[in-house]
Amino acid sequence: MLAHSIFFFSFSLIAIISAIMVTVSKNTVHSVFFLILDFISISCLFIMIGAEFLGMIMLIVYVGAVAVLFLFVVMMLNVAQQKNQWFSGEFTSKHIPIGIIISSLIFFELLVVIGGWKFKPDLVNSMSLPINNISNTHSIGYVLYTDYIHVFQLSGMILLVAMIGAIVLTFRKRTGVKKQGYFRQISREREEGVEVVNVQTNKGVKIDD
Amino acid sequence: MINYINIIISEVYKILYVLVPVLVSVAMVVWLDRRIWAFVQKRQGPNVVGPFGLLQSLADALKYVFKEVIVPSSANKAIFILAPIITMTLALISWAVIPFSATQVLADINVGILYLFAVSSLGVYGIIMGGWASNSKYPFLGAIRSAAQMVSYEVSIGVIIINVLLCVGSLNLNEIVMAQKNIWFVIPLFPMFVIFFISALAETNRPPFDLPEAEAELVAGYQTEYSGMMYAMFWLGEYANILLMCAMGSVLFLGGWLSPIEIYPLNLIPGAIWLILKILFLFILFALVKAIVPRYRYDQLMRLGWKVFLPLSLLWVVLTASYLFYFDLLPTV
Repeated sequence: MLAHSIFFFSFSLIAIISAIMVTVSKNTVHSVFFLILDFISISCLFIMIGAEFLGMIMLIVYVGAVAVLFLFVVMMLNVAQQKNQWFSGEFTSKHIPIGIIISSLIFFELLVVIGGWKFKPDLVNSMSLPINNISNTHSIGYVLYTDYIHVFQLSGMILLVAMIGAIVLTFRKRTGVKKQGYFRQISREREEGVEVVNVQTNKGVKIDD
Repeated sequence: MINYINIIISEVYKILYVLVPVLVSVAMVVWLDRRIWAFVQKRQGPNVVGPFGLLQSLADALKYVFKEVIVPSSANKAIFILAPIITMTLALISWAVIPFSATQVLADINVGILYLFAVSSLGVYGIIMGGWASNSKYPFLGAIRSAAQMVSYEVSIGVIIINVLLCVGSLNLNEIVMAQKNIWFVIPLFPMFVIFFISALAETNRPPFDLPEAEAELVAGYQTEYSGMMYAMFWLGEYANILLMCAMGSVLFLGGWLSPIEIYPLNLIPGAIWLILKILFLFILFALVKAIVPRYRYDQLMRLGWKVFLPLSLLWVVLTASYLFYFDLLPTV
């Protein structure tokens, strides 16, 4: 039990420190790396409290996909130029009040959720959760597509709408771009590609296309 | 206290029992890869050092150890040094869950296949970090390419794993193996096996999908600035990852440590031997593909991942699920 708690608290310490480093560190790419460290230690915490499925999904989705795309975007940015824009001399940057508002909103939401769960444990109806010796992956499977099907589908729809929205916003039709049709390229025959011409002396061939 | 120390020592012993053979076989497999490559191209390949050139990889490793490690002056030093370490570590920790027989497994965890998938999807970080920290154009281009490539092919591997899980009903690797007692999944799910194999090629940056290190365009991609032992660690990690993908393929589709037929003389051979033979079979396929297929263009690679493999494997999930549901074959817990 001692070793368990030592590991638990060291993971939480790493999570908190790296979360602070995300906001503090000057280099944008470094802060993404700290974010990744934060995700990994959070998923370790999930695994340590016995929610191994959630921990692994956290690792796959956030670390394996989302953070890679973050890194992808951040590495492309011209970081030096942006820094000059953000921290140019006076301390009147506009993003600090917005950040404070959003973080206090998130803090308030967390208070509501944790408070509700702490003082009224049956806030979410979980009657059909079979508490037997089956693994928690199975128990998630039992309720996700039966009791919580509407919530689950709704969140899927929201994600789909967000995805379509992002594609529509960034989509632009470019003119003057040559496209390569794979089937057309592969299915080219000798007859269409090559033409044998009888060239007459001192006349040459006129190619018209 | 003594109790803890005993546990730690026995665990370390078990870990070494898995890792040392893996590292040795990585060296051997590099030799095998080069020999097969040479065989297809009618060359000799490495055949001088030791019998059949078997000690060639060892000689190469010794050479790398004695070379100077050069860190570029404008590189981001911490991340530059961290990148090969991460590649190597991630390639080795995933061997913890591979079952060599019903009992011979380091950690028989509930979510074994998810762990494998998660660790293999983390493998991209070694490449991105190395490419970015080098502070040079070619490594950076290689890192960007591999980030996009590995994320795309991970998606189809995930969907293929769902196919297998539908037939098994458990995420535990040993149960996945035991579910293939009657028939290996390679027979009912053969198209998925093919797609898994090709996606594994892309996931491990092997030819024909080795665009992150395409030597004709990018010098050596993300490894351009690396030298000495750090380069060797990238190289070891890459081959350990390839072996891991082969192990994953043989556990998911080729019945893991099960013998092909349950008859008398074949029963006596221990499961670990069968698993190693299956891994070797898949690895020889990897090496043959390297020798006979030309490199893909980058847009063709992305098209293959998103427009061909993803819809196909999703369609196959629907087909598998409806088949299992219709014939009432869904696994029960």
